[in-house]
Amino acid sequence: MSHHIVEVKNLRHVYSDGTAALKDVSFIITHGESVGIIGANGAGKSTLLQHLNGSLEPTGGSIHIGHTPLSKGTLPDIRRTVGMVFQDPDDQLFMPTVFDDVAFGPLNLGYATADVEQRVTEVLELVGAGHLRDKPPYHLSGGEKKRVAIATVLSMSPDILVMDEPTNGLDPFARRQLMALMRDFEHTRIFTSHDLDMVMELCDRVIVLHEGEVRADGPAMEIFGNDKLLAECRLEKPLSMQGCPVCGGGPARVSRPHPPHHHHHHHD
Amino acid sequence: MASINKAVLDLKRLDLLANNDSVIHRLDARAKVLVTCVFILCIVSYDRYELAALFPFFIFPAVLIALADLPALFIARKIALLCPFVLVVGIFNPVFDREVLVYLGPLGISGGWISFASIMVRSVLTVGAAFILVGVTGFTAVCQALERLGMPQVFAVQLLFLYRYIFVLSEEGGRASRARELRSCGRKGLGIRSFSSMIGHLLLRTWQRAERIHMAMLARGFTGQFHAYRQSSFGKAELLFVLGWSALFVFLRINNVSRYLGTLITGLFT
Amino acid sequence: MHMADALLSPAVGCTMWAASAGTIAYCSRKIRREMDEKKVPLMGVLGAFIFAAQMINFTIPATGSSGHLGGGLLLAILLGPYAAFLSIASVLLIQALFFADGGLLALGCNIFNLGIFPAFIAYPLVYKPIIGNRPTKGKIVAASIIAAVLGLQMGAFGVVLETVASGISSLPFTTFVTLMQPIHLGIGVVEGLVTAAVVSFVYKARPEILQCALPAQAAAGYSIRNVMIVFLAASLLTGGVISWFASDSPDGLEWSIQKVTGKEEVEGVKGQLHDLLASLQEKVAFLPDYSFKKQETPKEATLHPASVTSKETADQASGKQEKDGDSRLGTTVSGILGGLMTLALAGVIGFVLKKRIGAV
Ligand SMILES: Nc1ncnc2c1ncn2[C@@H]1O[C@H](COP(=O)(O)OP(=O)(O)OP(=O)(O)O)[C@@H](O)[C@H]1O
Ligand SMILES: [Mg+2]
Repeated sequence: MSHHIVEVKNLRHVYSDGTAALKDVSFIITHGESVGIIGANGAGKSTLLQHLNGSLEPTGGSIHIGHTPLSKGTLPDIRRTVGMVFQDPDDQLFMPTVFDDVAFGPLNLGYATADVEQRVTEVLELVGAGHLRDKPPYHLSGGEKKRVAIATVLSMSPDILVMDEPTNGLDPFARRQLMALMRDFEHTRIFTSHDLDMVMELCDRVIVLHEGEVRADGPAMEIFGNDKLLAECRLEKPLSMQGCPVCGGGPARVSRPHPPHHHHHHHD
Repeated sequence: MASINKAVLDLKRLDLLANNDSVIHRLDARAKVLVTCVFILCIVSYDRYELAALFPFFIFPAVLIALADLPALFIARKIALLCPFVLVVGIFNPVFDREVLVYLGPLGISGGWISFASIMVRSVLTVGAAFILVGVTGFTAVCQALERLGMPQVFAVQLLFLYRYIFVLSEEGGRASRARELRSCGRKGLGIRSFSSMIGHLLLRTWQRAERIHMAMLARGFTGQFHAYRQSSFGKAELLFVLGWSALFVFLRINNVSRYLGTLITGLFT
Repeated sequence: MHMADALLSPAVGCTMWAASAGTIAYCSRKIRREMDEKKVPLMGVLGAFIFAAQMINFTIPATGSSGHLGGGLLLAILLGPYAAFLSIASVLLIQALFFADGGLLALGCNIFNLGIFPAFIAYPLVYKPIIGNRPTKGKIVAASIIAAVLGLQMGAFGVVLETVASGISSLPFTTFVTLMQPIHLGIGVVEGLVTAAVVSFVYKARPEILQCALPAQAAAGYSIRNVMIVFLAASLLTGGVISWFASDSPDGLEWSIQKVTGKEEVEGVKGQLHDLLASLQEKVAFLPDYSFKKQETPKEATLHPASVTSKETADQASGKQEKDGDSRLGTTVSGILGGLMTLALAGVIGFVLKKRIGAV
């Protein structure tokens, strides 16, 4: 299915105040890939993601989603394809109740009322927020907001899921829940995170951004094995790859419901 | 609004009341908006010297507070913070209107005092009605009701945005203000220079937030049209509610029940 | 400076409501037609910003007391007249519902006083011409102060007119004006200073924000005339209709009787129509004179309701006082007594209902 290819070519973005947030970014992500974008604060991760559904316009370069160039005319289609979870859920939850918020997208897409009702209920159950249905977003906790924000996107059944720091502010249980959710999503996933363990667990591929440029792009194992690269980009190894400070040996890892595919890869 | 901090806390509490479930809460919001309007119009239509005839109208807040199980003390406390402007303007009535209208035994009461008392009672009734309306309906539902009664959609939608982001921004404002207090060693207020940069930063952050919200809306297929998902409808219960209360208000407005009752009682003793 | 329900007569309240509602409808159409939907979240969020900004106090120079931002002029500068008007109106609606600032009927007056003047007069006709195309720090300060002062002066004058026209307060017009205007001169200067400070800050940090309000006003002069026409028409219409039916000085009624009967003196009219109207007026009079009159209303009072204006009512009252003071005392005492009883009754009903609800 070449339909869901994401192709970014020589992308450049300069904010109106002159900040060059992205200098020259290029990559291709094929269908079904799970890609983590990592980098220090201010590296340009959020800026990059916001280009993927046309929230920001490139200053230079181009973006193709499934061979469709991103332009004013193709925007509505592309926004239906690319579901975007923003970094701050308060920006995303603007409707009076959780239900209204999750229904906002489907209603805009023109689904029938009965469908909307069913879809909203399903998606809320999926993210474990069924009981929050009638609450206003401002009475939710940070993690609950995050879950509902994800539901608002899932309710539009996107083909590509883009998330900016999805596990930020979640408690360990909710984090696990979300990770399971993302693992079950069968289409393309692209997300940024400072939660390197999650990146390690969920991503086959990692792109490292540094000061608006792609510094590295490759399999997660390779990237996290490269100490020099990590230090230069103000990053660290995931905890699971560091030696355990307590027992002085094996990797410290709490038991988890889903055993990771690749674990205890020690390097010396 | 110096104590806006507290006001925002109260706002949250009032907002939560609307989540209760009761006969009154379940009614369509339009019915409650309409009845509140009739109520307020009846109250303000009285002459300035009218006092006794206003009292029967307390039946409305009393019944609603009871049926909707609102915290009466909280509502009373909110009402007690009467709009200071009313108090200031009202207190001039006894000054300018000294003509004695009523004698209670040897004590002459001027028209000014009667009208002042009347203003206070009106204030309690009208302001109370507004609180009770949001308490039993919720702001969102009031907004949607107004929209269905003809308020333009653009206005309704940005009202909902305003309400939603009061909670987010007031927290931001509160944090900024607390941080400042902690660093200013108990000095009250802020020099105008640091004030403007503080407000300016808050404003710029707000502006960026608005841009991000707009992006989030576009990302979810927004094309300029708001599609509402509505469940409640104006049925028999609503009709009964509107007609019943309106009839009572008009009846009370035309017949001074207080006087009938009072005459009856005083008649018994003389 | 919020107008309140308790000081309003229905005629004034409804007229101002109609004027404000008309302007809201007009501005909404305008925003809609110009496809300015991007502004919709911005308007809402900036409205919320006003609340947040009011949580931060500053020291008023040379006085030591503290104040906060009002915000009307600032919104106009940031959003342009139409969007700003809607945003101010929303802020006022929330204040009316949650902060006991005024009440729902007075909302019309408040939107008018605090919205129309800054958005459609102070900003486009005062602030913008002074600023011109190339703002400087000095121009921003001067323009903000002058615009804020003028806007607030007009708003305060609006409050005075509405209060006096309603006739619930006894404050004479001149006293009220001489109280309100100087107070609001001070408030206006402070508001202007703060607005200037914030605008200068924004101008330095992100000048493009201030530009974004500009293009919308290409045809400002013309459109603002439209707004004025809309709200004038709306207020004249409602004002006319309402004062016809419900004026607190029943000139309209008198006039209509004259017209119907074609006679000059109302006293001469003795038909069924007159009796009907008279008894109607007696029932719904916006100035019922119950507390000064006996149980059995004197004949002339019912027959000439049209001549009962507030002043005459008071005169009548004092005139009659010597004649039948006792019985009036009786009715008043019984009135108050009855009032207190109904109040207690209302309380009891509420209490009982609450108990029963609680028991269920
Ligand atoms: N609206 C804006 N206007 C101007 N500059 C901006 C804006 N948003 C971001 N920037 C700047 O662009 C750069 C990249 O920001 P971005 O938000 O993409 O970083 P990030 O990698 O997501 O960081 P974080 O990990 O903190 O979320 C930063 O230097 C930031 O200051
Ligand atoms: Mg980011």
